[in-house]
Amino acid sequence: FSSGFCWGNSVERKIYIPLNKTAPCVRLLNATHQIGCQSSMNGDTGVIHVVEKAQDLKWVLTDGPHPPYMVLLEGELFTRELMLQLKGSSRISGLAVAISKPSPAQGFSPGLKCPNDGFGVYSNDYGPQYAHCNWTVWNPLGNGLAYEDFSFPIFLLEDANETQVIKQCYQDHNLPQNGSVPEYPLCAMQLFAHMHAVTNTVTCMRRSSLQTAFSLNPEEVCDALSDYNVWSTLKPINASSKINPVDEVIIVATRIDSHSFFWNVAPGAESAVASFVTHLAAAEALHKVPDVQMLPRNIMFTFFQGETFDYIGSSRMVYDMKMDKFPIRLDNIHSFLELSQVALRNSSVLWVHTDPVSRRNESIQPQVETLVEALINSSVGANVTLQEVGQSQPLPPSSFQRFLRAKSIPGVVLADHRTSFQNRYYQSMYDTAENILMKYPEGLSPEETLDYVTDTAKSLAEVATVVARALYQLAGGTGNTSAIQADPRMVSRMLYGFLIKTNNSWFQSIIKQDLKGLLGDELPQHYIAVTSLVNTTQLVQYVLANLTGTVVNFTKEECLNPEKTPNPEKEMYVYTWVQGSRDPNSTSRVPFCVQSTVHLTKAASPAFELKQWGSTEYSTWTESRWKDIRARIFLIASKELEIITLVVGIAILILSLLATYFINAKAHVLFSSPGDGGTVAY
Amino acid sequence: MTTAVFIGCSFIAFGPVLALCVCTIAAEPLSLVFLITGGFFWLVSLLLSSLVWFIAVQIGGSNNASVKKNFLIFGVVFSVLLQEVFRFAYYKLLKKANKGLMTVSQEETIPISVRQLSYVSGLGFGIMSGIFSLVNILTDSLGLGSAGIYGDSPQYFLSSAFMTLAIVPLHVFWGIVFFDACEKKKWWAPALVILSHLLVSGLTFLNPQYDGSLVPSYIIMMLMGTWAFFTAGGSLRNLKLCLMCRDKDFLLANQHPR
Repeated sequence: FSSGFCWGNSVERKIYIPLNKTAPCVRLLNATHQIGCQSSMNGDTGVIHVVEKAQDLKWVLTDGPHPPYMVLLEGELFTRELMLQLKGSSRISGLAVAISKPSPAQGFSPGLKCPNDGFGVYSNDYGPQYAHCNWTVWNPLGNGLAYEDFSFPIFLLEDANETQVIKQCYQDHNLPQNGSVPEYPLCAMQLFAHMHAVTNTVTCMRRSSLQTAFSLNPEEVCDALSDYNVWSTLKPINASSKINPVDEVIIVATRIDSHSFFWNVAPGAESAVASFVTHLAAAEALHKVPDVQMLPRNIMFTFFQGETFDYIGSSRMVYDMKMDKFPIRLDNIHSFLELSQVALRNSSVLWVHTDPVSRRNESIQPQVETLVEALINSSVGANVTLQEVGQSQPLPPSSFQRFLRAKSIPGVVLADHRTSFQNRYYQSMYDTAENILMKYPEGLSPEETLDYVTDTAKSLAEVATVVARALYQLAGGTGNTSAIQADPRMVSRMLYGFLIKTNNSWFQSIIKQDLKGLLGDELPQHYIAVTSLVNTTQLVQYVLANLTGTVVNFTKEECLNPEKTPNPEKEMYVYTWVQGSRDPNSTSRVPFCVQSTVHLTKAASPAFELKQWGSTEYSTWTESRWKDIRARIFLIASKELEIITLVVGIAILILSLLATYFINAKAHVLFSSPGDGGTVAY
Repeated sequence: MTTAVFIGCSFIAFGPVLALCVCTIAAEPLSLVFLITGGFFWLVSLLLSSLVWFIAVQIGGSNNASVKKNFLIFGVVFSVLLQEVFRFAYYKLLKKANKGLMTVSQEETIPISVRQLSYVSGLGFGIMSGIFSLVNILTDSLGLGSAGIYGDSPQYFLSSAFMTLAIVPLHVFWGIVFFDACEKKKWWAPALVILSHLLVSGLTFLNPQYDGSLVPSYIIMMLMGTWAFFTAGGSLRNLKLCLMCRDKDFLLANQHPR
């Protein structure tokens, strides 16, 4: 008799402790390799062993008497050397990494030393001395762990309380007492993370397409990483037709995604968020200038998704431009300005990177010089010192490289590093708000934290101001640029929203009414994923619409169906019905209509459109599918006890069969009372 | 705790039951029918008593652990009483059924004796009771984990199986004693049955001190077993004859000329 509640049944709750706050490592595939981790179909089990210093590993690899082991690793020890040792051992059935707080002092980056190598512009045909990071290693701390293939599951333990529970179980049951062997029952952990895709993208896409073609109930094994790019123009254009071939456009670009070793853990503060927040602030500052609609050139603010995975977003946009599927053609591009990692400026210096190969061209070189000059002019009076890196240094990994592959365009990439990255946690789980030195005083409420202006926000606002002023000049503006200022308060709000909590009052007021699931209370992650329109893309879209759009006096009907009221102007704009902020006295919101030029365009690698799954030209990254990902701990009993139970059971069965047969055969004797005779009916 | 434990525990708990069914029930269709009906009666009693317990808990509505335990004790007591009530109800039903069967079959002798009926109904009750106590535990014993991470005894599965091994024959013995007492109108016997049932159920609250609950349960099972043996017509003399293989002589000697 036991009373049951919602989760599991009560017997299951006696046996297992589920680990809820974990992140798995999943399998990703590209044209030639598979990376990530894999577990067995029914999960991998092992006896827990806590490794807090390097010597503890010896027990796991050689000494321990109860292999296979499930290692609980401190975050500090999660290095390439240790992982390669574990990879080669057959005594490991899995790994759980406890996130290290504070972040490891020596830096940690599971990305490659040379990010997106082979998909940028430098190759054996174009600047061969710059290819494969021969000239500059951009990410020297990169250990490439995220690009290794492991045959056991690896999970991240995000909650320190859960890690403590596991360590307590280990100390109670698994600790060797004074050199003697620990006895059963032992504390064990089981990790479920079975991945369906194998080998590479070519294999898994072939299998998926066979399934969809021939099966009634298709079981696809992998999905391409894809999402949407967000773009908006300063002067409205008709997105369904092409612009005039004579018109010139300046493209400003940033990436909005990041990655880490574990699935959907991608805080990306320095590698993505700080850059696109600066970009958004610059866009807002430009839209406030009164005479922007009369500027000779247009400016396109582009936010690329998927740049971490061999430039998915930018390669798709270049492809669309070449195939004439985008309103703007490559010939319309006047110049290109990209904001790479800008938050960790050393003594307020911002470095200007250019491409040495295209600068050898006599028509490109002066245009690049004009660009750099405009930037340097705009930095006068701001707390930003712009300096050019050496002319023979190549471009860092950037979306601009994809555009250069198609056509030589004058352009610069702004970054806070001269040679290798300042970011010591590039594409790792430690690239958080602390990494860009965002500090809030103690004891603030969430609303106060939203509005508090950090030093990081002020510094990024300076960069945004410089960028906005330079863009105004480049677009042909002739007025005084000193009035163009980015708003540090807005930058701080965006940083809070994209790095700490998306569910804040400002974000709530700028999104559509029926998108409740968009804002959450946990730390925001910026991974491209395989589902369409991840939260980051949608939020960037709404923030851009709010900062660069205007409020128009439409009703909800008119706003949601703008084609009903014929007006040629309406085709140039996009209308969004947002829910507005809450009245301080009432609980209802005052919604309104926002007119903006923010569009979404598909960011899926052209390799999947062209069905060239083995392409070396375009990104071919896919993510495997899986059914069940979870982790739990429990005690396991010795094999001897199990065998004893089985033997006792069989013995009792045989004994009772014999006894019953015997009693049954003699029943007429046993159960007859004197005087009954032999005729008792049974 | 894997397949070995699953098979081991099922055999421990249901080995004797399996043996009894195979040897005594399987060949006789009428016994099978009454066995299953008996099981059904036990099931209905469980349903009603759990309904009452559930309503009581909802009305009481507290999250306090000791209050919950009190509700559980109340639930167990009520369930035991209801089971015995249903045993009596089954007895009454069987008497009526026997009368009906006799008129239909036009034979002189009753097709199934009360003694056989009492054994079969007790077995039906026991099988259902055993299944419901153990099946949840058996399904979890298939998994890799063993109880104990929250401090439970690691022998959880084994002791649950042994408890069921005691309960099933207990139901058989109670059935035999109960029906016999109802036939002979000896009303103190059912009272004793109810008391011992309450005692055994109450002993389970002593878990996880398994020696506190298992050992007395087995002792009670032995005592009830001997009582049922004597009620069913056995005697020490018959037992001695059986064991010393002098039964053939006994039969010959007992043949009265008809």
